Amino acid sequence: MTTTPIPVLTKKDFQTDQEVRWCPGCGDYAILSAVQSIFPELGIPREKFVVISGIGCSSRFPYYMNTYGFHTIHGRAPAVATGIKVMNPELEVWLATGDGDSLAIGGNHTIHMLRRNVGIKVLMFNNRIYGLTKGQFSPTSEFGKKTKSTPYGTADRPFNPLALVIGAEATFVARSVDVFQQHLKDTLKKAAAHQGSAYIEILQNCNIFNDGAWLGLTEKDARSEHVVQLEQGKPLIYGKNRDKGIRMNGLELEVVHLGNGHGLTEKDLLVHDEHNPNPAYAFLLAQMEEMPGFPAPIGVLRSWSRPRYEDVMSKQLQDVIAQRGPGDLSKLLRSGDTWEVK
Amino acid sequence: MATTTEPVVNKHKREVIEKAVLRFAGDSGDGMQITGNQFTNTVALYGNDLATFPDYPAEIRAPAGTLPGVSGFQIQFSSSDVYTPGDAVDVLVAMNPAALKMNVRDLKPNGILIVNSDSFTENDFRKAQIKSNPLEDHSLDAFRVFPVGLEKLTRAALQDLGLDAKTMDRCKNFFALGMCYWLYNRPMDSTYKWIEAKFKAKPLLVEANKLAMRAGYNYCEATEAFQVSYEIPPAKLAPGVYRNVSGNQALAMGFVAASKKAGIPLYLGSYPITPASDILHELSMYKNFGVITFQAEDEIAAVTSAIGASYTGALALTTTSGPGMALKTEAMGLAVAVELPLVICDIQRGGPSTGLPTKTEQADLLQALFGRNSEAPIPVLAPSTAGDCFWIAVEASRIALKYMVPVIVLSDGYLANGTEPWRIPAVDEIPAIPVHFATNPEGFLPYKRDPNTLARPWAIPGTPGLEHRVGGLEKQDVTGNVNYEPLNHERMVRLRAAKVEAVGQDIPDVVPAGDPDGELLIVGWGSTYGSITAALKAQRAKGHRIGHVHLRHLNPLPRNLGEVLGRYEKVLVPEMNLGQLLMLLRAKYLVDAQGYNKIQGQPFKQLELEAKIEEVLS
Repeated sequence: MTTTPIPVLTKKDFQTDQEVRWCPGCGDYAILSAVQSIFPELGIPREKFVVISGIGCSSRFPYYMNTYGFHTIHGRAPAVATGIKVMNPELEVWLATGDGDSLAIGGNHTIHMLRRNVGIKVLMFNNRIYGLTKGQFSPTSEFGKKTKSTPYGTADRPFNPLALVIGAEATFVARSVDVFQQHLKDTLKKAAAHQGSAYIEILQNCNIFNDGAWLGLTEKDARSEHVVQLEQGKPLIYGKNRDKGIRMNGLELEVVHLGNGHGLTEKDLLVHDEHNPNPAYAFLLAQMEEMPGFPAPIGVLRSWSRPRYEDVMSKQLQDVIAQRGPGDLSKLLRSGDTWEVK
Repeated sequence: MATTTEPVVNKHKREVIEKAVLRFAGDSGDGMQITGNQFTNTVALYGNDLATFPDYPAEIRAPAGTLPGVSGFQIQFSSSDVYTPGDAVDVLVAMNPAALKMNVRDLKPNGILIVNSDSFTENDFRKAQIKSNPLEDHSLDAFRVFPVGLEKLTRAALQDLGLDAKTMDRCKNFFALGMCYWLYNRPMDSTYKWIEAKFKAKPLLVEANKLAMRAGYNYCEATEAFQVSYEIPPAKLAPGVYRNVSGNQALAMGFVAASKKAGIPLYLGSYPITPASDILHELSMYKNFGVITFQAEDEIAAVTSAIGASYTGALALTTTSGPGMALKTEAMGLAVAVELPLVICDIQRGGPSTGLPTKTEQADLLQALFGRNSEAPIPVLAPSTAGDCFWIAVEASRIALKYMVPVIVLSDGYLANGTEPWRIPAVDEIPAIPVHFATNPEGFLPYKRDPNTLARPWAIPGTPGLEHRVGGLEKQDVTGNVNYEPLNHERMVRLRAAKVEAVGQDIPDVVPAGDPDGELLIVGWGSTYGSITAALKAQRAKGHRIGHVHLRHLNPLPRNLGEVLGRYEKVLVPEMNLGQLLMLLRAKYLVDAQGYNKIQGQPFKQLELEAKIEEVLS
C-alpha cells in the first residue's frame, strides 16, 4: 500500500474567496467558523470533502467552504447526498440545512436518509423561522407564534427535531448552539468520527427575523441554569453551583436538588450513556425541555452502530460479481432464447 | 430444432398462409400474459417476424369474471415483415363471457373463436352484464365458434395427479395454448422447458401444466375440431442472431451497454410506477455489471439522487412515467443549471393525473420540451420500436455525456410491454462513448466551455485541486460564481440553449421512407412507427406518392427537416395526443400540416391510418 502524505491543512485552506452574504450578526458565521476550524483537524484530504445543501440561509454554506460543494434545491439535499455517497463511499459528505429545509419540504428525505444510515453528517441550523423568505413560521416555531404569515398566531404544534430523528432511527443524534463555540467544535468532531448518518441540531439565532429565539439558553447565567450538558459516563448535573441534576423515577425523568439537606448526591443521578441500546432513553432526553422546570440538553444524545447504507450497497455489488463473475455485455445481449437467421 | 416431444403426424388438411393475428383474452388471473408470451417465444424461435400487444387492466385482480378484469394479449406473426400487432384478429381465445364481450368486436368475420364453455353459466353472464347466452342467441353467427369445456377437459387430463380442483383449473390456459400450438403446427419444446424452469420447486405442477398443454394439442388431433391447421413459414429477416425483446428490456440493456462503452458505472434512481417499473427490475438484476440501483422514497429523491451520482461521475439515469416526470420537474431544471449529464426515461401512459396507468399515450411531448420553470431546454429522444429502445438508450447516454446535459427519452406503454424480434448487435457495433474527467488544476474553471460542444468540464469530487462549487443559483459565465447581473443572465440563458442546439450537429439528416417527394408526407414519432409503416406500404401500393419521416430526435430536430417538409404537397402528423408535434412543426416551419389524433389508450390501427390518408388525398 502506498500512502501519500496528507498536506497539513489550516482553517484558511477551507475558506473561499466569495463574500459571505449572511446578515451581520447572524449565527451562521459562528457555525461556518467552527466547521472551517475542525475540518483541517480530521486528517482528510481537502478534495474528499463534499458540502451539500438545499435552500435557505443555511444552504448558502457550500459557497463559503473551499471543498467540493453543491447547492441543490429545496429539501432535496439528503437525496443528492445519498447519490454521491452511494457512488463514492470514500467521500466525506456534510450537509448544511435548516429547520424549514430539513423538516418541512425535506422531511421525507431526511427520515429516509436516517433510516438507511447513509454516512452523511447533517448540520441542521435551527432558528425556528424562515429567514430567506423574510419571516414566516417554520416547523420548529413555537405554538401560537405570530409571524408575517400568521398575524394571529400559528395553529401548528412544532416538531421536536431530536425526537423526530431518534424516531427515524438516526445512529448519531446531537445538539449544540451557535454561540457555544468550543462545545460546537467538540460535537462536530464527534459527528465526524461517527460511521453512518449523524444529525446535529445547531440552535442558531436569526437576529433579523427571530432574534433571541434561544436567549433562554444562551444569555448570561442561562447556560448553567437552563442547559444540561450531556457527557458520556457522567451524571446529568447542571446549575451555576452544580447543585441540580436529573434522575430516573420509574419511567420518568425527575429534576432533583443535590445536598442542601435533601441527602442526594451525584451518585443518585442518571449517568449519561449515549450508547444505550434502548432509544427510549434518548427520547426521554429529547423531550426534557418541553417539560416545565427541566433544562435543555446539549451534547450527544444517542450514538450507536449499524452498517452504513453505501457499504451494504457496495458489498452487494461485490458479492454478485464474485458469484456470477464480472458482467459480459455480449452474453447479456444474447441472454434468453435466441435464434439465428442465415 | 429437436422435436422429440412432437406428437403424432397430423392427417388433416394443412394450409400454408402468410400471416395470422391471435388474441388470448381472459380474467387477470387466467394467465393470459404468460400464455401469450409462451406462444410468442415459440413463434419467434421458429423464425417468424412478429409484434405483440399485451393489454391488461390497472387492477391486479378485479373481481373474477367482470368486464374490468379482462386481460388480453395479441400477437401478429408472419412469413413477411410485421410492423404492428394487427388490426383485426383471426383467432380469439375467450376464457369467459366478459372476455368475449370485450374482444369479439375485433374478430374478423369468419374468424375462429375458441370459448371456454365451462364458464358460460348464468352467473358468468351476470358478472359480464350479458342478458342471453351468446353461444345460443346467434350473436356469434358471423364466426367459426368452437366451444370447448376447458375446465372439464383439463380436470379429466389431470385426474391421476391427485391435485385439487382449483389447482387443476389453473392449468386450463395451457390446455388452450396446446390447442393453439396444434392450430399453427408449432412444437411445444420451448414451453415445456419454460414450465420446467418456472415450477422447478414443484414437480407436480411441472407435470400438470405439461399434461394440460399436451391434452389441448391431442384434443385437436383426436377430435379434428378445426378440420384445418395452418402453416406460416419463417420470415426472411436480415441475417444475424435474434431474440425477442420488449421496449423496457431493450432500454435496460441499452443503458448497460452505454455504461460499458463509456467506461463509467451506471446509476439508476427510480421509484416504482407503471409502466416503467420493469426497467428498475431489469437493471436490479445486472449488479455484476456494476449497476447501482436505488429505489428511492419518491420520484424527487429518485432524480435528485441520480443528479448526485452524476456529480460524482456516474452515467446517471432515472426512469418514470408522466406523473413521475411532473414531480421531477424542478430537479431536471437543476440538472440544466448545473450542466450535469442525466437521462430521464418517461414511459408515457394515459393522463392527466393518474389517468390510464396501463394504457399507452404520447401526450408528454410538450411536458418534456417545456415543462420546467423558465428557459430550461433539454434534448428529447423517442424510440420508434421495442428494439430501437436499445439504440435510443445508447444515443441518449452519448448526448448526455458529450454535451453535459440532461436528456429525456420518451417511450410509451405500448413500446414498453410490446415485443418484437430484435437482431442482437455485436458489441463492437455499439459506438464508443468517450468520457473525459477534468484532472488538471491549471486554468481549471467550472464553467469554461468546450468551444465545439459548449460542454463544461466534468470535475468529480476526489480530484485534487479542482474543488469548486455548483448550484441552482445563476452562475457567472466561465467562473461559475454566483452572479445576478442582467447581461450575464441573458448570456447564460442563451448559452444553455445554444448547447442544446449544438446537439444538432451530430443528428443525421432525415431520409423519408417511401417516396422522397410527392403528394403527402407523414411525420410521426415514437410507437406509431409500425402502424404508419404498414399504412404507408399499403397506400403506396395503391399508387399514391407518400413519404414517411419518423423522428427519433425531437429536440433539437434534424437540421434538414424543414427542407424535407417542403417537398410534399401535404403533411399529416398522426399522434396519440391532441396534436403536440403538430403544434411544434407548424410553429417552427410555418407549414400547414394537419393532425390525426387518437387518444383512446390504444395504438393506431393500420386501417384507421389508411382511411385518414385517403381522406387527406381525396
